[in-house]
Amino acid sequence: MDTAADLIANRPVETGPAAELSQAADPKSPVALFGPDEPLATDAGVQISPFQIAYQTAGTLNADRSNAVLICHALTGDQHFAHTHPLTGKPGWWETLVGPGKPIDTDRYFVVCSNVIGSCMGSTGPASINPATGHPYGLDFPLVTIRDMVRAQAMLLDRLGIPDLFLCIGGSMGGMQVLQWAASFPDRVFAAMPIATGARHSAQNIAFHEVGRQAIMADPAWAEGRYLEAGTRPAKGLGVARMGAHITYLSEPALHRKFGRRFQGGSAPTFSFNADFQIESYLRHQGLSFVERFDANAYLYLTRAMDYFDLAADGGGVLANAFRGTKTRFCVMSFTSDWLFPTADSRAIVHALNAASAPVAFVEVESDKGHDAFLLDEPAMFSAARGFIDAAARARGL
Amino acid sequence: MNAPVTPWDAAQAIPRSDGARVDHIAVLELVPPGARVLDIGCGDGTLLALLRDRRGVDGRGIELSREGVNACLARGLPVIQGDADTDLENYPDDAFDVVVLSQTIQATRNPRIVLEHLLRIGRQVVISFPNFGHWRVRAELALRGRMPVTELMPEAWYETQNIHHCTIRDFVGLCRVVGARIERAAALDASGRPMRFSMPWWVWNLIGAQGVFLLRRGEGAGPG
Repeated sequence: MDTAADLIANRPVETGPAAELSQAADPKSPVALFGPDEPLATDAGVQISPFQIAYQTAGTLNADRSNAVLICHALTGDQHFAHTHPLTGKPGWWETLVGPGKPIDTDRYFVVCSNVIGSCMGSTGPASINPATGHPYGLDFPLVTIRDMVRAQAMLLDRLGIPDLFLCIGGSMGGMQVLQWAASFPDRVFAAMPIATGARHSAQNIAFHEVGRQAIMADPAWAEGRYLEAGTRPAKGLGVARMGAHITYLSEPALHRKFGRRFQGGSAPTFSFNADFQIESYLRHQGLSFVERFDANAYLYLTRAMDYFDLAADGGGVLANAFRGTKTRFCVMSFTSDWLFPTADSRAIVHALNAASAPVAFVEVESDKGHDAFLLDEPAMFSAARGFIDAAARARGL
Repeated sequence: MNAPVTPWDAAQAIPRSDGARVDHIAVLELVPPGARVLDIGCGDGTLLALLRDRRGVDGRGIELSREGVNACLARGLPVIQGDADTDLENYPDDAFDVVVLSQTIQATRNPRIVLEHLLRIGRQVVISFPNFGHWRVRAELALRGRMPVTELMPEAWYETQNIHHCTIRDFVGLCRVVGARIERAAALDASGRPMRFSMPWWVWNLIGAQGVFLLRRGEGAGPG
């Protein structure tokens, strides 16, 4: 893994079409095109038009069109929840939870997941071509919000002929979208499962995001956001942003368990700034592999969308107002070692749902894996999810 | 108070042919159909499921253990993993028609504050607890000089979660302190059946294995 670190440092400047952006315009997944007659009206007061949403599905929509599940992906996630990733070749990111016989059973449900607006895996974002200029949007792309992402998803569901969702589920930024779905379209969500998330981004989380953004912008190769035209890429800045963020997805016990103070390829320090420690080497590898699959500007936009998220602000500062009169049944889930979206954030959601008399369940899963636990093999999460989803399916007559 | 208010009438008891726990039946009888119910310390959701299926209530629960919460999720019950001592303050006034606290108050850190929250959150409160005044308990203490271990209190003193034991008369005293109105009360025998006859408190306090009370906020007794 030491070589990974060297690769970051010595990475040649790309001049051709960037590999990580090969998916931006022409992804390996279905794409819904929305023409000039169907603009996306954003919170920023700007219309994005035309635009496209890339998505993946699994399972079959039943005759009643009542078995649709929408999976909302996290910050750097994508639509390939149960499909081999076109750039990394890795299996779908939520195959632990979704598949035949799994808690989200693709033999029973029609599962949809779309790349969020503003991302770079096939839905329109800053790496897409701005039809007004013929060049990539870059920073001319309007700032998008979690609500804009949900608006675009709702337009996609309309396109797919899905009137309402049996289940809307997601973790982290995906959980924010789930909450926004329940608030914006209460009649279109039968059951909602926001996982490892919050109804607003905390000051600490905004702070971490800002460090990441500044790392990207401090990289000369970022070129004021015009790196695609300049033929450069802010790989170092984006890599550092990812390294910092990745720490927040783990936990101190998990880091200690996996790496401790162990040295990389030896038992003594080299008295240099090489990646002596395994944890350094691991982080550098995380940074390096990330820049091969993600666009730096998309990272700026999506972190900003999370920062702006504050569901209570829309209801006069009272979160319960966001859910007033809802009939959606909720299952909120947190993880004990998650310090990015700690259990207190989930409890705040639960209290608001209680105050709104919404049917809400809450589970705190014991795990030392930190925030990323929702993406990992956590049997306690699966059993709780299975119980909630099966019971909801019975209630919906599925 | 020398005689308990309206006791249970055995004739009202619902047939329990399906094996439902008798003390649950006693609670079931007190909850009006279609009520909004919060069951605190709901365990695996047996009582909530019974209330939903037999009484058509809109039931919610709070349970400390994840195993209990998972069992409730599988029954389709909206249950929150939480703690009676810390989470009740987040519920608004009059949020529920009935709040049930079954065999739990003796395990809370602050029973008085918990009871005050119950009376604030629910229009009615159904509360049951093991009676530490039961003759067997007294005998264990008086004759053997040992902390009692019974069916309702099965753990040794060094393992039990029960940190605030009380007798039926003690609980009546607490009701007076917090201004709760006792609408109905009963002592249940060792098998969980309500005792048939109205008896003075001291008799219930001696032969009742557990006390079950239906309470309501008293006049002038404000929340918390």
